[in-house]
Amino acid sequence: MIVVDRDPVVAPQPLHRALGLTDDELDAIRSRLGRDANDLELAMFSVMWSEHCSYKSSKPLLKTLPTAGQGVVAGPGENAGVVSIGDGLAVAFKLESHNHPSAVEPYQGAATGVGGILRDIFTMGARPIAVLDALRFGDPHESRTRHLVDGVVRGVGGYGNCVGVPTVGGELVFDPSYGDNPLVNVMAIGVLEERLLTLASAPGPGNLVVLFGSATGRDGIGGASVLASATFSDEDGSKRTSDGGPAGASPPSSVSSKRPSVQVGDPFAEKLLIEASLELISRGLVEGLQDLGAAGITCATSETADRAGTGIRVDLDAIPRREPGMEPFEIMISESQERMLAVVLPERFADVAAVCERWGIRCALIGVVTDDGDITIVEGGLDGGRAIARIPARSLTSDAIVHDRVAAAPERRRLAPAPGAPEVASDQLPERGMDPGAVLLALLGSPNLASRRAVFEQYDATVGASTIAGPGHGAAVLRIHGTPKALVAATDGNAGVSAADPWLGAAMSVAEASRNVAITGARPLGVSNCLNYGDPTRPEAFWQLSEAVRGLGDACRALGLPVTGGNVSLYNESPRGRILPTPQIGVVGLLDDASAAIGPAFRTAGDVILLVGEATPGLEGSEYARIAGVAPEDGPPALDLDRERRLQAFVIEAVARGLLESAQDASGGGFAVALAECALWSGLGARVRLPVAGSPAVDLFGESPSRLIVTADARHVAAAELLARQHGLPVERIGAVARDRLVVELAGSGATGAAEERGSNVADSIDVALAELERAWEHGLPRALGWDQVG
Amino acid sequence: MTVRIGVVVFPGSNCDRDTLRGLELAGAEAVELWHEQGTLDGVAAVVLPGGFAYGDYLRAGVIARFSPVMRAVSAFAAEGGLVLGICNGFQVLAEAGLVPGALLRNRGLRFLGREVRIAAERLDTPFTALVGDGRPLRMPIAHGEGCYFADEATLDHLERDGQVLFRYVREDGSAAGDEADPGNPNGSLRAIAGVLNARGNVAGLMPHPERAAEGLLGSDDGLPILRSLVDAAARAAGGASSERMGAGGRAPVAVGPG
Repeated sequence: MIVVDRDPVVAPQPLHRALGLTDDELDAIRSRLGRDANDLELAMFSVMWSEHCSYKSSKPLLKTLPTAGQGVVAGPGENAGVVSIGDGLAVAFKLESHNHPSAVEPYQGAATGVGGILRDIFTMGARPIAVLDALRFGDPHESRTRHLVDGVVRGVGGYGNCVGVPTVGGELVFDPSYGDNPLVNVMAIGVLEERLLTLASAPGPGNLVVLFGSATGRDGIGGASVLASATFSDEDGSKRTSDGGPAGASPPSSVSSKRPSVQVGDPFAEKLLIEASLELISRGLVEGLQDLGAAGITCATSETADRAGTGIRVDLDAIPRREPGMEPFEIMISESQERMLAVVLPERFADVAAVCERWGIRCALIGVVTDDGDITIVEGGLDGGRAIARIPARSLTSDAIVHDRVAAAPERRRLAPAPGAPEVASDQLPERGMDPGAVLLALLGSPNLASRRAVFEQYDATVGASTIAGPGHGAAVLRIHGTPKALVAATDGNAGVSAADPWLGAAMSVAEASRNVAITGARPLGVSNCLNYGDPTRPEAFWQLSEAVRGLGDACRALGLPVTGGNVSLYNESPRGRILPTPQIGVVGLLDDASAAIGPAFRTAGDVILLVGEATPGLEGSEYARIAGVAPEDGPPALDLDRERRLQAFVIEAVARGLLESAQDASGGGFAVALAECALWSGLGARVRLPVAGSPAVDLFGESPSRLIVTADARHVAAAELLARQHGLPVERIGAVARDRLVVELAGSGATGAAEERGSNVADSIDVALAELERAWEHGLPRALGWDQVG
Repeated sequence: MTVRIGVVVFPGSNCDRDTLRGLELAGAEAVELWHEQGTLDGVAAVVLPGGFAYGDYLRAGVIARFSPVMRAVSAFAAEGGLVLGICNGFQVLAEAGLVPGALLRNRGLRFLGREVRIAAERLDTPFTALVGDGRPLRMPIAHGEGCYFADEATLDHLERDGQVLFRYVREDGSAAGDEADPGNPNGSLRAIAGVLNARGNVAGLMPHPERAAEGLLGSDDGLPILRSLVDAAARAAGGASSERMGAGGRAPVAVGPG
């Protein structure tokens, strides 16, 4: 029986509302059951029908995404996307959020975020080989932000370092809108033998259902904080259906609650779980495998049964617990970490138990697969026991309620610029007397562009002996053991442009992540995504989400990329404000010859520098606009998806033909910052002459997509230029790799005009010593976070 | 004949497979030794790999030292058998008292993963014989507790007896200082990165030679260290078998302390 603590000052309310279910959802449950649900059943529905588990707001949108593609073995709906990479191998990858738990308890929130996404990977039979984490925080100078950054970074490292999966990349972006609501999006990548692909399914009535791993405790009972606190309904409902599971992390309620609602991770237990699970799979001992995440046993049993069209009868008493006196609903919705559910042929149970014992893992027979399609919870033994809940599996999962939300564009919506359509740049800086060298140093030292070393050095990036290119230098490159191949991965999310135009922001994020993979020479295989948006019951927030999904789909179709998985994190709002709409995109690519990979760093002084693509007007959403300000009528730059496709085809072919020494994406911070990074990462300088048509700010610091800075040995330059033209791309020789200075002369009408405006006392060229760039770039982040004072 | 070298697998070891691969690259037949086994299957040398043995709860390496396999490793070491501990393996050896000193939390109190440079102090040991000259070797570190500590007297004695195997050095190869020296990543006293036991048959180091065994990964400076071990183990195995025909049955070791 569920007891709801009654707070004297708050009027009692019906249980379903305390659980976060609306009245119409209660009616939907009644119609599916053909009767009233009892309290336990209501609790199970409440977690399964949460936004996080049911995608009840986003499902209709996600249906529109392209999911078919070359080599796709498993797509959305499975624990992770799986794409074939030849040699009988496949790559499994998935991007997922753990935002709200990280807002409440940053260390555990981030740690369990890593643990959860790793389980999604090895559940399918893949050995995890890399993690990338995309993080968003508020103003780095605020103490709350510093507390969150420190906890999240330690949490990602504390978990990933211990389980022995290298953290090889990701992002760290600061914007005041994330102050109360940081984003922790983690991508995990694994490699499996295709023949061992294991799905989260419970086939074969009569098969045994085995729970192994940690015991079930009261930690992470999202629902519990709802149940235990009647004051919860007073709060922003957002917290209730966060991606931490229902009531994942509402600070006041979890404080008022007697029970923690943030899960606690144990990376050592996870490491044993990885080894045991992979051994079970490689020895063919399991028919199906599912990890326990949000909604715990309720989710794992209903999803596996629904996928197989079967039912599962669960013996509540057989579930190992951490403490006595747990309520049935607590056991059924607990989100205790490091647990797995296996479906096993009866004759193989002994072998499964032996494997678990060898790894020192608890293993319990908790149920049996049935043919009635129901999830039945019994007390007092599987046969003869008393049923305390019976719910059709599909009504908890594939037949969960779907809401038709209202989308409405805000008043002052800017239309996305038509691809390639010229716009008038309205940047005022030249007239204000811009010294481009000073602006470059300011950008390089800014929290969003400065070196990330202080953070990524807290991660083990080389365990596994696969890391060819680790964090801090564009995309991560990981050798695939036993083959000459490598996997390449990158994450990107353009929130700045999304705020102006959610379609464009999402499309640009896909283009940039895919571009960052392609410039190593790799062929992008697929896209995983995490869509971080606001309250879907707010028409503008739902419009942002639907526009983002449309942009994601358009970009993926244009670039020929399947969407193989991802998740949606809604209600990223707090009383103090709403986050920028943040489409986080993860792309994984394949390099047939690992040794052919190129990086963004310059290679040799004297190499010729080519600029492929061209700047388009528009500074909105750029880092430059963040520090310099930008005229209100100025919009973001345009994206030409067909040009993007041709640009990526060009660079992949150029690398395969060995024409290029290095390739760098000129987006974040614009051309000047990208060029400086090539120098900083190589210890070499450059001397270039940059043609400026309109505004120097646009050409130097604008973040137009579809532009590359590539270098080639003199004997390959002509061939590289020809190849670019064959792909219909503008290409220009702008200079050469030099020794220890970065020199950029502005040439062309725009430059001279601007120079006159600025007056003779202001330089119209950049001429900075590498050491000076280094100083600004290395110290920017530690200084912003106050880490330079402490050891 | 290729020599068999054992790599101990504790629950929580996470560099075991990298180390097996590294030893194979160095020419050995590398085999797993499960933490619960009481014998070493007649391997010619043992490597304790990196990771978080038993979760490193309480203190790094403190639980692992009590495992059945460590009893066998201690006996093997007492017999003169060659034992190398890498990272967490070094911490386990220190906790077990098989090498001198202790490994404290890094000076910065944060986990640190980066490429460092170390130089071998001794070129005549089973672990460094093939390193060549004392040039800086580039390889990664990845640890939270790698700050080497011992009291002054012990440090003097280690230096006098030639038990300092590796030191952290700066990019130019010059010796790194104790404190706040970029060349000394974790604040190790006297920039010590690796040590030998008094007899010279047991060694531990914090950096990861097995992660620097292929040019593709940016450095193969770690390979000579693994090759030295494989080479010495092969000679020890040969010596041991020949000796067993006589009396003793003790694997002779290339060097003792200077």
